[in-house]
Amino acid sequence: MSLELRSLSATTEGINLFSPVDLAVAKGEVACVMGPSGVGKSTLLNAIGGHLSTHFGVTGDVLLNGQKVTHKPVAERQIGILFQDPLLFPHLTVGDNLAFGLSSNVIGAKNRRAQIEQALEQAQLQDFYHRNPATLSGGQQSRIALMRALLAQPQVLLLDEPFSKLDLDLRHTMREFLFAQAKLRLIPMLLATHDPAEANAANGPLVILKPA
Amino acid sequence: MSFSSWPKWLMLTALAIGILVPVLVGLGETIWAAFGILPALGRHTFSFSAWQQLFELPGLVTSLRLSLVSGFGATLVSLILALFGSAWVYNTSVKESFLSKVKPFVQAILVPILAAPHAAIAIGLAFLLAPSGWLARLFSPWLTAWELPPNLATVQDLWGLSLMLGLIIKELPFLWLVSLVALKQIDVSRQLTLAQSMGYSHTVAWCKIIVPQLYPLIRLPVFVVLVYALSTVDMAQMLGPNNPPTLALATMRWYNDTNVQLLLPASAASILLGILIAASVLLWEVAVRTAILTSKVMIRSGDRTGKYSIFTGVLTTALPITVILGLLSLLVLALWSITWRWSFPNALPTSWSYHYWLQLITHVPLALQHSLIVALMSSGLALTLAVAWLEVQDRFGGHLYKLTLWFIYLPLLVPQIAFLYGLKVGFLRLGLNGSMMTVMWAHLLFVFPYTMLSLVDSWRALDKRYLQVAASLGRSSWHCFWHIKISLLLRPLLLAWAIGIAVSISQYLPTLMIGAGRVESLTVEAVSLASGADRRLVGVYGLLQALVPLLAYSFALLLPRLVALKK
Repeated sequence: MSLELRSLSATTEGINLFSPVDLAVAKGEVACVMGPSGVGKSTLLNAIGGHLSTHFGVTGDVLLNGQKVTHKPVAERQIGILFQDPLLFPHLTVGDNLAFGLSSNVIGAKNRRAQIEQALEQAQLQDFYHRNPATLSGGQQSRIALMRALLAQPQVLLLDEPFSKLDLDLRHTMREFLFAQAKLRLIPMLLATHDPAEANAANGPLVILKPA
Repeated sequence: MSFSSWPKWLMLTALAIGILVPVLVGLGETIWAAFGILPALGRHTFSFSAWQQLFELPGLVTSLRLSLVSGFGATLVSLILALFGSAWVYNTSVKESFLSKVKPFVQAILVPILAAPHAAIAIGLAFLLAPSGWLARLFSPWLTAWELPPNLATVQDLWGLSLMLGLIIKELPFLWLVSLVALKQIDVSRQLTLAQSMGYSHTVAWCKIIVPQLYPLIRLPVFVVLVYALSTVDMAQMLGPNNPPTLALATMRWYNDTNVQLLLPASAASILLGILIAASVLLWEVAVRTAILTSKVMIRSGDRTGKYSIFTGVLTTALPITVILGLLSLLVLALWSITWRWSFPNALPTSWSYHYWLQLITHVPLALQHSLIVALMSSGLALTLAVAWLEVQDRFGGHLYKLTLWFIYLPLLVPQIAFLYGLKVGFLRLGLNGSMMTVMWAHLLFVFPYTMLSLVDSWRALDKRYLQVAASLGRSSWHCFWHIKISLLLRPLLLAWAIGIAVSISQYLPTLMIGAGRVESLTVEAVSLASGADRRLVGVYGLLQALVPLLAYSFALLLPRLVALKK
């Protein structure tokens, strides 16, 4: 599973929002996208994920394992995304949030439950299945959000400044956790960030987004 | 209970006397009568004879069945269509098409149907669907080979289908707009994006993620719709079957029967209706909780595919048809109002005339005058009360918010027919019956809740810091209130006022029962004329009914812009 971007840019009324991006991310690698505020990091991620609003157009290509997915609908792309806020669904318990994310390839209630418990263990939140998401701390919610995204078995994971609201120590822990998961599940990740320390720690391809 | 918070207690007392007491008094009188105590008829002893009489009256079971089926059916279908409509509005992934260009105008299209009174829509729909109605004329004789109106019961059918349709047409815009407003409190687009990135289609994501979060926010408006659907009299009279009619209509007929002995079983029937409604609300809530539990099982299975394509197809056709029927109902009223002669099966009137409108201008009907006076008084008073209550809460503590909700919803959740008769008796005893002020008071009971509802969210959303800044600049609290709060809230205030006007114009039973024939109204006139033969006159009254609220809304939307321009 690899991600490739070829001259990818988002356009509005025919004009590029940022200069076209070329990038290749291999499985297990964590690439970073950096740039000043407002340059379009989120828009780039939206373009890759396929959830740009209809005001925008896309030029260039997004390739997953060599296959073009640039114009596929979101639900078919298998590209996961994580936002700044964990956005755990408030009407579901922690466990049900994970169950929502868990790919439908896993069949059978017992199997599914086992996978969810495994994910909870990896996140070090073993007995949290029946907890209400609102009762979790920011760091715990971020971990669950990440596990939820990973349980969906995406081909690629996009992260839009996911740890910027956490304090420094927590950010460090979450980062290590994230990189470990990338290597464990062998999926390419693309992290949008304005923290140079994060880019350094990722040790992967780096894209600096420039205005068009 | 400190003395310095006396405005709060004053407001509470005013609201209690103004809103709570009439409802309770009305209910009380009705309950007394249901259990045999009606001094006017010489009945002084507690007994169950009224109930015995009630169960012997013909057609009771059919009436019950009709009410339940049309009530639940209409509420369920309007809710589903409203949820579907909201999903469509938030579906940003669909490519540009004709329908997607309509999206910004959805609210504008729905407002006429929302503003028009229930009776106007009912009359219009009857004119549309009747065997000699516009639809039949449009398609005859080239499609249907009808030279004369056919002998089909398309309106007032025995299963209550046309009543259900009328209710759906009126309640869909209400629930749709209420949902759209409530959805602003939820981060819809990012949650939908998340779900879709995990492989869920837009529709499935909407059902599993958004709807469960939305429903608690619209629960009370849904109950209001259910209660109205079960207890409506004016719509049932126009569109529902005649013999036997729905329970609410049957009750009203028993109340108005020349045989005054029927007053007792009529009161019993009102209480029965009240119990029916309470049971229905409970049943609805139980059904919702069951649905939630079932949905959790489906969520755990992680199923992402929508096997709902047939369902979605039906909804995609049903939604625009419902809206179009609503607009056509109003249009047909307008057509009839300028008709001179329109014989079947012509698609359009054979000759036109402004005769009835000219008559209106030269002899302004009493119905119009009275309706306007009552509407302006009740909406003005309701707005003042609402603002006073909210301001008092702001200054003296808002612990009573939950209590407010009860005040607001009580008149809407108790069926009108259950307490209006009792209220009439109460007013009679005080010698207040039949005056404009009393009718206005009766209207206030229903106008106030809607005014409060439409104002409360905007009021509480106002950033308190504007006022803190003004106070720190040395302005008195009255100055802050008037110049800052009111001018910032001008638009929501005017809209709440317009909604009050619409609700007042729409009232049928209060004017009928409390007015005692001395206070006229457009709605009462229109409904009684509709059973006659002159559709042109009905068209005028029906359209007037719809135009007055529409004018109020336009005023409410335009005035803030003019004020802004002047600055």
